[in-house]
Amino acid sequence: MTLLRLAERGLYCEAGDFYIDPWQPVERAVITHGHGDHARWGSARYLSSREGEAVLRTRLGQNQTIRAVDWGEPVDVNGVRVSLHPAGHILGSAQIRVEHRGEVWVASGDYKTEPDPTCTPFELVRCHTFITESTFGLPVYRWTPDSEVFAQIRAWWGANREHGRSSVLFGYALGKAQRLLAGLADVDLGPVYTHGAVERLNGDYRRAGVRLAETRYASEMPRGHDFAGSLIVAPPSAAGSTWLRRFGNISTGFASGWMRVRGNRRRRALDRGFVLSDHVDWPSILAAVEGTGAQRVWVTHGTREPLVRWLTERGIEAKAVASQWKGEEDTDPVEVAGEEISA
Amino acid sequence: MRRFAQLFAAIDETMRTNEKVDAMVEYFRAAEPADAAWAVWFLSGGRPKRLIPVRRLATWAMEEVDIPEWLFAECYDAVGDLAETMSLLLPDAPSTTDVPLHRWIADRLLPLASKTEEEQRESILESWRELGGTERFIWNKLITGGFRVGVSQQLVVRALSRATGVDEGVIAHRLSGTWLPRAESFTALLAEETSDADVSRPYPFFLAYALESDVEALGDPTAWQAEWKWDGIRAQVIRRNGQTFIWSRGEELVTDRYPELAAAADFLPDGTVLDGEIMPWKDGKPLPFAQLQRRIGRKSLGGSILSDVPVVLIAYDLLEAGGRDVRGESLGHRREMLLATIGAARSAAFVPSPVVTFGSWPEAHAAYAEARERCAEGLMLKRTDSVYGVGRRKGGWWKWKVQPYTVDAVMIYAQAGHGRRSSLHTDYTFAVWDDGVLVPFAKAYSGLTDAEIRELDRWIRANTVEKYGPVRHVKPVHVFELGFEGIQPSPRHKSGVAVRFPRILRWRTDKRPEDADSLATLRTLLAEGT
Repeated sequence: MTLLRLAERGLYCEAGDFYIDPWQPVERAVITHGHGDHARWGSARYLSSREGEAVLRTRLGQNQTIRAVDWGEPVDVNGVRVSLHPAGHILGSAQIRVEHRGEVWVASGDYKTEPDPTCTPFELVRCHTFITESTFGLPVYRWTPDSEVFAQIRAWWGANREHGRSSVLFGYALGKAQRLLAGLADVDLGPVYTHGAVERLNGDYRRAGVRLAETRYASEMPRGHDFAGSLIVAPPSAAGSTWLRRFGNISTGFASGWMRVRGNRRRRALDRGFVLSDHVDWPSILAAVEGTGAQRVWVTHGTREPLVRWLTERGIEAKAVASQWKGEEDTDPVEVAGEEISA
Repeated sequence: MRRFAQLFAAIDETMRTNEKVDAMVEYFRAAEPADAAWAVWFLSGGRPKRLIPVRRLATWAMEEVDIPEWLFAECYDAVGDLAETMSLLLPDAPSTTDVPLHRWIADRLLPLASKTEEEQRESILESWRELGGTERFIWNKLITGGFRVGVSQQLVVRALSRATGVDEGVIAHRLSGTWLPRAESFTALLAEETSDADVSRPYPFFLAYALESDVEALGDPTAWQAEWKWDGIRAQVIRRNGQTFIWSRGEELVTDRYPELAAAADFLPDGTVLDGEIMPWKDGKPLPFAQLQRRIGRKSLGGSILSDVPVVLIAYDLLEAGGRDVRGESLGHRREMLLATIGAARSAAFVPSPVVTFGSWPEAHAAYAEARERCAEGLMLKRTDSVYGVGRRKGGWWKWKVQPYTVDAVMIYAQAGHGRRSSLHTDYTFAVWDDGVLVPFAKAYSGLTDAEIRELDRWIRANTVEKYGPVRHVKPVHVFELGFEGIQPSPRHKSGVAVRFPRILRWRTDKRPEDADSLATLRTLLAEGT
C-alpha cells in the first residue's frame, strides 16, 4: 500500500482520506494551485495555501469552504501530516508534502524553480517519493533568463509603437499574464490594456502585494478608441477572435515555453514568440528530482516517457502516472483527457 | 553572418509580406556584394550539394551534449527540424565571432565536402562553439541544405528591384537559369545595362491562377483564346548563337533528356525562345503522364525508351523572335509569329498548341466537358491581347481545370509534419475497403484548415493504436473526401493503383468508416480514365 495512489477521482491518500487536485468532486481536496485542471469545482472542503486562497475563491466561487494554511504549517488530516510548500508556479501555488509513519511524499503540482516576482519561490522539499510534472520534459526545453525575455518584449512593443501598431501579447490568464504585467511594471511605453479574463485576476494579485503595470480593461473603452502604441495582454484563446478587431493594426506575440520551438510559433501564425514559461525546464526538473533526494519519482503530465526512461537509466525508480492534469492549457501539444483516462 | 541572421530573424518574425520585403531591401542595400549574392541564392531556395550525411551531424550533436540516441530522437520528433533540434540541444551561448556570410561559405561550408570525417567533425564542433542563437540555427540549416524561410523568389526579386531601381522583370530574367552566387553576379544582377543576357538564360515563366468564378464572368468570349491544359512538363526551348538549351519550369537544364527536341531545335531560327509543354506523344495523341515519368530522372536514355515514349513540345508561346524580346506584344500577335517560327523548323517535334474554338460560353463549356477524354486537365483561357508576364499574375491568363476525381477514404496512419507544421500530425495515409480490409492507397498533406488539423491532431494522439517510429497507426474512424487528378495502375503500390496529386477536399464527419469507398470504385475510375 502506497501513501498516495491514483484513484478514479484523482490522486488519493487512503490513510488520510483526502485527494490532491481531484478531477471529480470529493469530500476533502488539497489544492496545489488555481488553474482549471488542478482546482475543480464541487468538492465539499478545500485546503489551500494562504497565498493562493483569493485566486481559488475567484476561480471556484466566494462561498466555498476553504481552509487556508501558511507555508510549512502542518495540518493533521486523520493522522496524516500534511503541509504546503511554495511551488513557484503562480501566486499561491503549492507542493503538497504528505507524511505518514516516517514516509514522506511530495506532490509538486505544476512548478518552476526560476525566480518570479509574482509568487513565493519554489522550495526544495526532501522526500522519499516525488511527484513531478514534465510539461517540458525534453532537453530542447531550456529557458532564457527573464531579463532577456522582457528586454525582447520591450523592444518589440517599442518598435510596434513606432509603426503606430498596438502590441497584443498572449499569455495564460492566471499567472502568465500577471507575470508579464509585473515584468513590465516599470516600462513607460504607453497604456496597457487587458482582456476581461486577465483583469478579473489582476485584483487578487494586487491585493497580495504584487506590483503590476497599471492596466485598463479593454472592453470598457469607448467604441472607436485609438489603441495604437498600446500593449494588450490577453489569453491565447483570444487569438484569431473578433475581439481583436477593435485594436486596429496589431502585431501579435505569445509568451510560452512552447515558443522555444520555431514550428510551434509559425503554425499559429504569430509574429513573435517569447520563451517564458511557468513550468520547469529539463535541467530544472533533473535538479529538482536530485535535490529532493527521492528514490522514487512519479511523472504525472506532459511528455512523460522520456523523463521516466532517463531517470530509470540513472537508477531511480520512476514511472508515468496518468493524471488528468495538463500543464500549459490551450497551448497544445498537451495530451487530451481521453488518452489520460485510457492510459 | 550576424547581418544575415538578423535578416532571417526580421523575415521570420513577421507575418506581413511587406515587412519581409522591407527587411530584404535594407539588407541588400547595405550588404557586401559577396554576402548579398549568397543571401539571394539561399533565399531563392538554392542549396549546396549534400556536404555531410545528416546522420553524422546528429551523432556529433548527441556526443557533444551527452544524450543517448533515443532521447535525441524524441527531441527531433517534438521539434520536427533537424537543424533546429541540434541548435536547441547545444548549450545556449552568444556568437563569439562575426565573420561575413561569404567567408563562412567559402572557408567553412564548401570545404567540408573534401574533408575526412574526423576533420569534418572538428570543423563542425568548432563552428558550434563559435556561433550561438539564430546564427547557429542558420548555420545548421545551411549545412543540412534545407534553408526555407517563407519568402518566394518573387519576393526576393521585388526586394532587389526596390533596393536598386532595376525593373523586376529584368532581375527575374537575370536570376533565372544557372545563377552563381558570386560578388560579380550580384553586381551584374543590379547593373543598369540590360543587354547582358547570357545565351542560355530562359525567361521567367508566366503562370496562370485557377479560375475563381464562373467562366461567364470573364466577359466577352471573343476576347479570349482557349487551349487544352496539358499535364506534361512546362519548358522553354532556346535557340541562340547556334546553340540549343531546354529549361524545365523548375529551372533545370534538361537539354540532354529530350534529344528529339534538341535535334529539332537546330532548325529554329537563331534568337528564338519557345514556351510550351513537353508531352509524351504517340500517333498524334498524348500518352499518360506516368509514361513520361519513366524518362524523368533517367541519366541515360538507352534501350527502347526513346521509341516507347517519344516526346513533343506542345508550343503555346513565343517569347523571343530574331533575338528580340517579344513578351510585350499581344498574344494574338505572338501566336502568329509562333506559327511562322515553328513552320520554318518543319519538325514534327514542335506541335503548335491547338486552339479550341468557341463563339460563346456555352460552347466553351462543351469543350471543357471533353477535356478528360482528350487527356487534358481542362482548358487554359488567355486574353488575346495579353502580354507574357512574369511569375503568377491574375487577369490575363486563367486555368480552368476539370473537377478532380473524388473518393471517400479512411485515415489509418498519421505522421508529424515538418517546419511550420512540426509537432502536429499533418501527414495522413488513407485507405479504401477491399474485401473487408482497409488497403492504403494515398497520402495527403493538404486541404484541412488549421483548426481542423489541430482537432485531428488531438484525436490522433488520443487514438493511436500503435507507433512505428514517427508513424502512428490510428483507429479507422475518420472519413475524408479525397480529390486527385489522375489514376494509374501501379504494381509498386499495395492497392495496385497510384493516384496523382491527392489532396483532402473535405472531412466527412457525416460518414462512418464503413461508408468509405472500396478499391473496386478506384478500379472503375481506372477503367474510365484509360
